[in-house]
Formats: sequence, C-alpha cells, structure tokens
Amino acid sequence: MRKILLSLIIVVIAITFLGRLSYLQIFSFSAEQVLEDPAIKAIYDYPERGYIYDRNGQLLVGNDPAYDVMVIPREVQPLDTLEFCGLLGIDKVKFIEKLRKARVYSPRLPSVLVPQLSKQDYAMLQEKMRKYKGFYIQKRSLRYYDTSSAANVLGYISEVNESDLAVNKYYVQGELKGRTGVERYYEDLLRGRKGVQYIQKDRFNRDIGPYKNGTIDTLPEQGKQISITIDKTLQEYGELLMNGKRGGIVAIEPATGEILSMISGPTYDPSLLVGRERSKNYTKLYNDTIANPTWDRSIHAQQPPGSPFKALNALVALQEGVIDETTKIQCYNGFYVGRKKKGCHCGGGLRDVHTGIYLSCNAFFAGAFKKIFEKFETTDEGMDVWEKHLRSFGLGDYLGYDLPFGQKGRIPSKEYYDKWYGDNRWSSSYIISNSIGQGEILTTPIQLANMTAAIANKGYYFTPHILKKIEGKAITAPKFTEAKHTTIDPKHFEPIVKGMAEVYTKGTARRLQIPGIEVAGKTGTVENFTKINGVRTQLTDHSVFVAFAPVNNPKIAMAVYIENGYYGSRYAGHIASLMLEKYLKGEITRTDLEKRILERTLEAEYAKPHSGEKFKINERVW
Amino acid sequence: MSGRSILKRIDWLSVLIYLALVLIGWINIYSSTFIDEQSSIFDIGTRYGKQLFFIGVSLVSIVIILALEVNFYERFSSLFYLLSMVSLLGLFVFGKTIAGATSWYDLGFFNLQPSELAKVATALALAKYLSDIQTDIKRRKDQFFALLIILVPAILIIPQPDPGSALVFFAMIFVIFREGLPLYYLVIILSLILVFVTTLMFGTVWLIIGLVLMIILLYTLKRKSLKIPVIPLSLISVAIILFSLSVNFVFNNVFEQRHRDRFSLWLRLEKDPKKLEQIRRSIGYNTYQSEKAIESGGFFGKGFLEGTRTKGDFVPEQDTDYIFSTVGEEWGFLGTATVIILFTVLFLRLISLAERQKNAFARMYGYGVISILLIHYFINIGMVIGILPTIGIPLPFFSYGGSGLLFFTILLFIFLRLDTNRLKESF
Repeated sequence: MRKILLSLIIVVIAITFLGRLSYLQIFSFSAEQVLEDPAIKAIYDYPERGYIYDRNGQLLVGNDPAYDVMVIPREVQPLDTLEFCGLLGIDKVKFIEKLRKARVYSPRLPSVLVPQLSKQDYAMLQEKMRKYKGFYIQKRSLRYYDTSSAANVLGYISEVNESDLAVNKYYVQGELKGRTGVERYYEDLLRGRKGVQYIQKDRFNRDIGPYKNGTIDTLPEQGKQISITIDKTLQEYGELLMNGKRGGIVAIEPATGEILSMISGPTYDPSLLVGRERSKNYTKLYNDTIANPTWDRSIHAQQPPGSPFKALNALVALQEGVIDETTKIQCYNGFYVGRKKKGCHCGGGLRDVHTGIYLSCNAFFAGAFKKIFEKFETTDEGMDVWEKHLRSFGLGDYLGYDLPFGQKGRIPSKEYYDKWYGDNRWSSSYIISNSIGQGEILTTPIQLANMTAAIANKGYYFTPHILKKIEGKAITAPKFTEAKHTTIDPKHFEPIVKGMAEVYTKGTARRLQIPGIEVAGKTGTVENFTKINGVRTQLTDHSVFVAFAPVNNPKIAMAVYIENGYYGSRYAGHIASLMLEKYLKGEITRTDLEKRILERTLEAEYAKPHSGEKFKINERVW
Repeated sequence: MSGRSILKRIDWLSVLIYLALVLIGWINIYSSTFIDEQSSIFDIGTRYGKQLFFIGVSLVSIVIILALEVNFYERFSSLFYLLSMVSLLGLFVFGKTIAGATSWYDLGFFNLQPSELAKVATALALAKYLSDIQTDIKRRKDQFFALLIILVPAILIIPQPDPGSALVFFAMIFVIFREGLPLYYLVIILSLILVFVTTLMFGTVWLIIGLVLMIILLYTLKRKSLKIPVIPLSLISVAIILFSLSVNFVFNNVFEQRHRDRFSLWLRLEKDPKKLEQIRRSIGYNTYQSEKAIESGGFFGKGFLEGTRTKGDFVPEQDTDYIFSTVGEEWGFLGTATVIILFTVLFLRLISLAERQKNAFARMYGYGVISILLIHYFINIGMVIGILPTIGIPLPFFSYGGSGLLFFTILLFIFLRLDTNRLKESF
C-alpha cells in the first residue's frame, strides 16, 4: 500500500493537469481570440465609400476629404496658444479643456482635438503645423452631396453604435454605416471591405513588427460605384414644386419598374447630416414632430387612396363580368345606402364606365361594387375575390422594393370586417366607401404609383426598384426584371385607360392638359379627420392625382399625394402635370401653372389644427 | 567498475526523458527570450545562450557524477548536509538579494542558490540516516530526528524569505512515510489542510455543523459490536474547532492582504464576480496572463516563435517560473500533454528504479529525488494553469536558471549512478 501510494498520487496529478489543460485549450479555446489578444493590434485601411450616380450618370453622392486635428498629449510642447487657437478657430478656454480631456483619455494615444476642418482652414493650418509639436492632421473621407434633394432616397450614414457592433462582427467602434435609404440598403456594396494589418505588440503597447509576417493581413476592397434609377432633374424639380406642401410623390417607369423620383415633403438638404453640425441638425430635424421631415411619406404615409381607386374597382367589376362597357347606372347626384343618401359631384344622370371615371361619379362605382358582391352567394366569397384582385396590384402588402423601410398599406379582408362588425354581420353596403377609395383601404404613394404603372402596362408591373447599375453593369436580379401579372385580363384595361385619358380631355383635369402629349390620369379628393383635444375634426381634403403618359407608350407613371390640398386637380393635379411635362419634354411651357405652384404653399392650412381656434375647411382659394 | 559497464547499466529511459525535457525546456526559453536582432544561439549575453552554457555544464557534471566512486555519496552525505546548512546560515551575512529574497551567493559569473544544494544534501542525509542499521522509524525518537533533518533547512530558508523552496523539504516526508512512518502522520497533515480549506471556504460555523452531522451519522450507522471511543473523539473534535478558529485568526490578523488575496482568488472566496475579476487581473495578474496564454494556444498551438503573448512579454517571469505557459501557447494541448506525460513516465520509472534497489540507502535517496522533483512539478504547473495559488518555484529541467538546472541534474544523476550498482547490497 505504501509502495503504490506515490504512484497513485503521480497518476492523479497527471489526470488533473490534463483535465485542466483540455478545459483551457480545447473547451475554452475559440478561434476569434486573435481580436481579443492584447498582443495583437489591428490597423485598418478604409476604402473610399462608393459614389452614387443618377440614371443619367449625374453624380448624386461623392466623397470629400475632411481634416481632423489630432493631438498626442504626451508629445505636446509649449506653444503660442493664442495663435494656434486662432488658426483652429476655437477659443482658448475650449482648447485647454479639449487638451485636458485628451490627456485624461490617454497621454500616449491620439485624440481628436478639432474634427472636420474645412478645406480653407486646412490650407491655412497646414503650413504652420510643423511649429506645433504633438499635433498633426489626419485626413478622412466624408460624404459629399452634389444635390440638395433626395435626402429620403439617398439616406445618411453615421457611426455604428453598440447594437450594430453586437449584430455585425464586421464593424469596429468609430466606423460609419448607412442608416436609411440607399446608403443603408446597399451598405455592403457602397462600403467595400476594409483592409487589416495585424501588428504584434509587447505589454508596453509598443509595436514589435508585423504579426505572422503579415501573411494574414488583407488589402482593402474598394466600395462599388452605383447608379440609381432616380432622375436627378425630375427629383430636384419635384422637390421644388413641393415647397411648402406635405405629401409624397412617386414616379415610376412602367416598362422597367425603375423609380424615377421619390419625393417626400417636407424634406431637408442631405448635406445637413454631414460634418461638424451633423448631430445638431439631426436633433432639429428629428424633433420636428409636426412636419416630420425625416419621415419618408412616399413609402410610409398610409392614406385612403380616394378616387384613383375607382379605376381598380371598375377593373374588378369588368373582370368579374358584372358590368361591361355599356352598363349604365343612374346617379341621383348621389346614391342611396339603405335610406341614407351619399353625395356625388358629377352632376347626375346615367353613367357608364367612361363617364364614371372622367367625371369621377361616386354613384356609378358604388353600384358596380355592389354588383361584384351580388354575383356571389355570400359576402365572404365576394370579399375574397375582390381582395385577391386588388392584392395582385401590389396593394395591401410590402411591394418588395430595395429600400430599407416601408409600409404595407391595407386591403381589408373578410376577417377584418368579421372582427369589426361580428361574424357575417355585415354586407357590401356596410363597406361601400371602399368603392370610391375611402373606407378602410390604405395605400402609400409608391403603391399608388405602382398601381398606375400596372394600368399603364395594361395588366402587369415590375417591382419598383431604386438600383440601376453596379459599377456600370445593369442589375439582373429576377425580382426586379421579371414582370408581375395582375389577375385582370389586359382587354379590360382599354375602357379604363380611355376613361383616364378622358379625365384630361373632358373630365376633372381638363385644364391641366399638356400640349402635344396625351396623358391619362385620375383625380382624387380624400376626406380626412384628425383629433383635436380628443374631438374628431374634419380637415381639408387631401389632394390626390395619379397619371401616366404618353397614353400609347407610357414612359412615366406617377402618383401625387398632397395632404390637405383639397381637390385632386388642384395641387396634386398641377404638380403631376408639371412633372410629366418636365420629364417628357425637358422644359415647362405653361409657366403660369408653374408659377402658381411655386408660389403657393399650404403652411397656413397646416397651421389650422394647431392654432387652437375654430377654422374653416375646404376653402376655395383658387 | 569500468566506464563502459556504467554506460551499459545506466537507466537509459530516464536519461532520454531527462534529455528530452532539457531540450524542450531550452527551446521554450529560446522562444520566450528571443528577440529578432540577436542571432547566435551561443551568444552568452542572451538568456538562452546562458542556459545553453549551463546545459553544457550540467552534462559535464553528469560525467563527473558517473565517474565518482559510488560509495562516495553515502560516505560524505553527513558532511554535505553540514556544509549546506552552513551555506544557508552564511546567507544571513553574505547573501545577495534578488527580487526581495536573500537567497544567493554572488560568484561573479553566476549566482549560486544554496537552497538548491541543500535539497541534494538533505535527500542524501535523510537516506543515510534512515538506512542506518540503528535507526528504527517506529521509534518516536528516530521519527523526530528524521523530521528534524527535513525541518532544519526549511526553517533556515523561510526567513530569506523563500517559502516555496522551504515547502519542497516537507515533501521529503514521503521518504520517511515510505520507510514506515505511521499512517496517522499523513492523516493529521491531510486533516489540517482539509480543515484549513474548509474554514476559509465555509467558515467555522459550518465546519462545526458538519462535524456534528458526521458524529450523528457515526452513531446511527454503527454496529452494535462497535464501541465508540467517546473521549478521543471529543478531543479530536475540540482540536479541530480550535484549529479552525486559529485559522480564522491567522488568516485575518497575521496574513497580509496580498496573502489573503491569493487565497480569495484560489478558493474563489470572493463571491462578487466583478471584484473577483478585478482580483484576477491585479493580484492574479501572472496567473491570469499565463492561463490566457495557454488557452490561446488551443489544441495545436500557435507554432514555434509564433506565441503572440509570449513575444509581447505579457506573462511575467515567463522564462523562469512561468515557462510552461510558453509551451501552452506555442505548442498547444499537444505540447502541454507531451510534457505532462514525459514527467509522469519519468516519475513512475524512478519509483520502479527505487523499488528495485537492494541497497536501502539508494532506495531512500531515490524516493527523496522523486519527492523533490514531484513537488516542484506539481506546484509549478498547478500554479501556471491556475489550480494552485501562486508559489514561486521553478519547473525542474525547464525553467531558466543555471544553478537550478545544475542541481536538479546532480540530484537525478546521483540516483542514476547509485542505480548502476543496484545488484550489490553494499558499496
């Protein structure tokens, strides 16, 4: 027993040691430790972020060098503080405070003393920099915008935060990342890939040469240059017209689904979110919760579509065979739901699908809507069919465009009404408002524009998208290049398109004709309400307009939605007409029309609900 | 005996493992002290060059040891012991202080550590005393003298201060135990360690509760025939409680904060994880860095001269006490396991060599050698991989240090020389 005890102890020790070592070296070991290793420092080489061009090759976003004044506190020697502060453009107290903070952070490591000098300041400072030991200038690259428009489309970039770092291991503290718009959606393309150089350090944090002789170092990969589908000229012109108005405009090329412009009003100059004033400006924009300039109305604002929706209801009725081109419905300056009369502005009389559309007759579409439901035994069946047709236009769901955010809109389903009224305790007359685009339907401007493009194409659309080319090569993603077909037979589009063309020739938009171009369109005037101190209050109607042109070979389809702009033919119709002309002709022939829109703003209208006083709505201003 | 027959009879397995350990040790010293600019491995100005020189010296000493008459060691063991005790005493007057410990004589070209010499001498003297025909280890008086041989050098070394080296001498109790020291000595020592640790971890109150529960268990499980010795049992219990209380007193009033911190760290006494992490990074800095270095090696290691933490000098004392962390970082689990297995095979081999000795002196000296090597290996690697508290003693054959390597070599090869004569009962 005494003889084997020591041997036993030796074996137990060996097992204990091997157990502990396998715990450390096999179970606790992880390959990512290289980055936690205090002995290895990674030095990053950042590639330039990719440029963004418009569809015609015009620069939208580039890069601008910026110059940070850096300081290594330990190396600072006595200096002429007053002169140096003068060069830097900061006062002495601030300078001393910043220097103190830098020293607290680390006497050995560089800190930013003054960020992002302008080129002029840099030029001045550069020559005299030698005099100031411990200070140096570090160049970096900032976004530069060659336009003051399209802030909502382009988006902005900012420093990564803690949660970004947790989600994506690529980023390290201090790096920039796209936050909204194209900058966010195409972050990976634009950013490129940073190069890494690993340096071996000793415990005093001194460099002692490259790690593994640089064999695992990587070179930076340049950011890609991309072209987007936006037409810079049209975008800028549209934003000019939107001055003082709230709402969204989306224009699409029907043959491709390319988004020609996407405007949200009010907006802001994208340059505001770059450089030294960035955070101040951002806070200001973000805190404007009334006008909401950072909220992209073109993809977020869900509103009832109003009368343009009548075109879709007519298509559904035609497809289901409950009406044809000759079907006539009597309008009694309105129509009856039970014993209750709902009004109509068309003037009354017998209406068919053409006159119904160009005169925007409520009674005709209410009748057609009812006929759709009467075709089926139960309301549920009718509802399913109606919903299915509308959804085939990309309504009621995300469209699938390549922008980071968006809203679904709403196409109500039978479940929706079952919940609202109780199972089967409703019928088509309960939901008759949907026939004229009011009621429970909600759409975003981009959905309206896409719907218009589908009508222009007579039955199909391409998913709207914003990316056109990567490094000069056109995109090929089938998601964007393959047509999506609606459930409506192309032949049924003929009478609708004809009716929409007549809107311009004989109907609600006859004063908005563009000389030499045949346009199809549809006005919309949407009742809307808000709550003021808890009281449901009606506001001035929203002005809506959808249009495409030329009728026989559509180059552009668009939707304009102007909040509280009253009649569809007023603000929305005018803006649509001007933008169509600008895009198709490249110039404006009706300068009086243009002048009117540029001069008029709706600020007074928007101020009404906030005034605290009683106010009139739907005033006739012009 | 001719030189040829010595080479024939020497235990080549032990010699080969010795050479392997020295070689692996030197490679790791080279790696942890290597700087790009220096080139020649023979450069005596570098640590690895110096160590290479001492490897040469050790090889020469092996030749001398093997050439000397085999009974030389037994005959002069008392004299060696006396001389080494004098040299330990001499330190109080002529000693050179390095890193706070007065443990060295300055011999100009190198520093001699007499405690290393004392290890060899004590092992020899203990073997000599126990193998004496007049010594009977069952006798109290002889037990006392045997323990005294171990305790004198330990007591002389503690005030240097060098508690690590002092601890090494206590390991030689194994030799006495092997030769018949009653079992209860070992039981007492183990119980004291157990009570010490339990008191620190759970406190005296829980210790008493545990004790009471154990006594109740004893009474309920006892057979009728068994008579429980009530008086000794209660005496032992009182002794345990008194010891436990004194542990509390010593820990809180005699120990300094740094000692307390070492134990808090080792036994994880600090329950607040944030504070524990802080202690790990400050007091436990060495162990923390060495654990991290070993961990970062993974299974295959980073490769020779590729250890980033080694190169960056993150682990303090890496070429001496913490040399094993270099093995861990650069050679991975493969390397560390190889070293552990080499040591284990060497120890088991030495035990079998000791057991085959006909001569009692040779056997007991063999056990002395094993005890000394084993305690170094156990405490050193246990500390480096973070399962034992920080006690600074070198890893035999591995750690940088000329006098250490030389005396470990002498210690081992005296035994291998004795082993060549194993067939003779007396020399």
